[in-house]
Amino acid sequence: MTNEPEITLVDYGMANMLNVARAFRHCGAKIRIVEKASAAGSIDRLVVPGVGAFEKSICAVRQNGFDDLILSHIETGRPFLGICVGMQMLFDTSEEFGEHQGLGILAGRVTKIAAVDVNGNKQAVPHIGWNTLVSPNTQRPWDSTLFAHRTPNAESVYFVHSFTANPVDEHDVLADCLYGGRRICAAVQRDNISATQFHPERSGEAGLSMIRNFLVL
Amino acid sequence: MKNVRIIPRLDIKGPNLIKGIHLEGLRVVGDPHFYALRYYEEGADELVFMDVVASLYGRNNISGIIERAADRVFIPITVGGGIRSVEDARHILRSGADKVAINTAAVQRPAVISEISREFGSQATVLSIEAKQVGPSRWEAYTDNGRERTGLDVIEWTKRAVELGVGEVLLTSVDKEGTRKGYDIELVRQVSECASVPVIASGGLGTLAHLTTALGLHFCAAVAMADVLHYNRLSLRDIKNSAREAGMAARVA
Repeated sequence: MTNEPEITLVDYGMANMLNVARAFRHCGAKIRIVEKASAAGSIDRLVVPGVGAFEKSICAVRQNGFDDLILSHIETGRPFLGICVGMQMLFDTSEEFGEHQGLGILAGRVTKIAAVDVNGNKQAVPHIGWNTLVSPNTQRPWDSTLFAHRTPNAESVYFVHSFTANPVDEHDVLADCLYGGRRICAAVQRDNISATQFHPERSGEAGLSMIRNFLVL
Repeated sequence: MKNVRIIPRLDIKGPNLIKGIHLEGLRVVGDPHFYALRYYEEGADELVFMDVVASLYGRNNISGIIERAADRVFIPITVGGGIRSVEDARHILRSGADKVAINTAAVQRPAVISEISREFGSQATVLSIEAKQVGPSRWEAYTDNGRERTGLDVIEWTKRAVELGVGEVLLTSVDKEGTRKGYDIELVRQVSECASVPVIASGGLGTLAHLTTALGLHFCAAVAMADVLHYNRLSLRDIKNSAREAGMAARVA
């Protein structure tokens, strides 16, 4: 018996897939990459990476049968991690280049980041760069989550996105960040579902520690 | 508080990290992998690799260097030099890059910006501009390490490229590059004001004062630097501390 945790990574052509694999491998995980849902077999931990456009991503996910795979995996209660667009797809709808249906696992819409800050000044979109994780409005604690042993207001992680999820149920929100004076949803968690808007695979040692946390959830 | 990005830039020729002045007169510095790891461990926020010969000879030999770095470096990596098509971009992204920087190919055929951006997203599509001042508050975009004129006005070219789908601009002043005389502040100011996407100022960092002047511009939140780091004239720790002392947020690694 090996104690090496195994993750299954869905490959639907996302550019960051191999870097997610590299980061998990670096953290001691065994990686299984599947290109078709039919080839997935039994899954311990499922990871859905993502970066880029919502429509292209959700179409590729559906074409490869990964939508049903994600839904049925989540029903098993085993750990699930979505990254960036892999998080956005969990929601009902996205307004990126038209109106698109997501997987509807979490209630909410994905909308464009405002091009002006709270004071009405122009701000850059996409939101690119390092930003600090803050506690959500609910102030829910981070114990036994991706952020176990991490501290609010002290962790910088890497974001790159033009659209942002707006969860209907604020209890789904695990962390926010502030951009232009507004809260942006940085991570969600409900039961066995964890997902981040930022890229843990690109967030240095802080990100790697979150990946290690996921491997023991 | 403004979050700033401090980005070491590694110019690559064949297997070597190199450094020049005004993007020419290249000198070998050492093994790029060693420097990439060092900058990651010292708290770099991203890395930029530029293959300085690829656009001249039309070949991509940088992917091995990127693959090796990506196994150990868990921050964003941008790669430029010789990327001419969606397939070139895919190859580099699969090697471990997060973003591709395009210059020559975009100038020759601007549609390549839209093609790469549609395929991989605007966040992965960086416009690399080599700017030379040609008059008062006027800069022309160059290619091939500042050797070939394009006739494109830098401000107009930036606006057009953003419309075509660029998500970020890497703005190198050929006049300042390698001189350690400071960024071309007027250039950075004008480009970052006209671009609705982030702009990385590159070329000329010599002292900590140069850094805070550039980052003090309202729309400039990212700076690249090369020889001050390669030759240990400044450390990433000094650079980040000075940004913090100027009231900005710089990540603690």
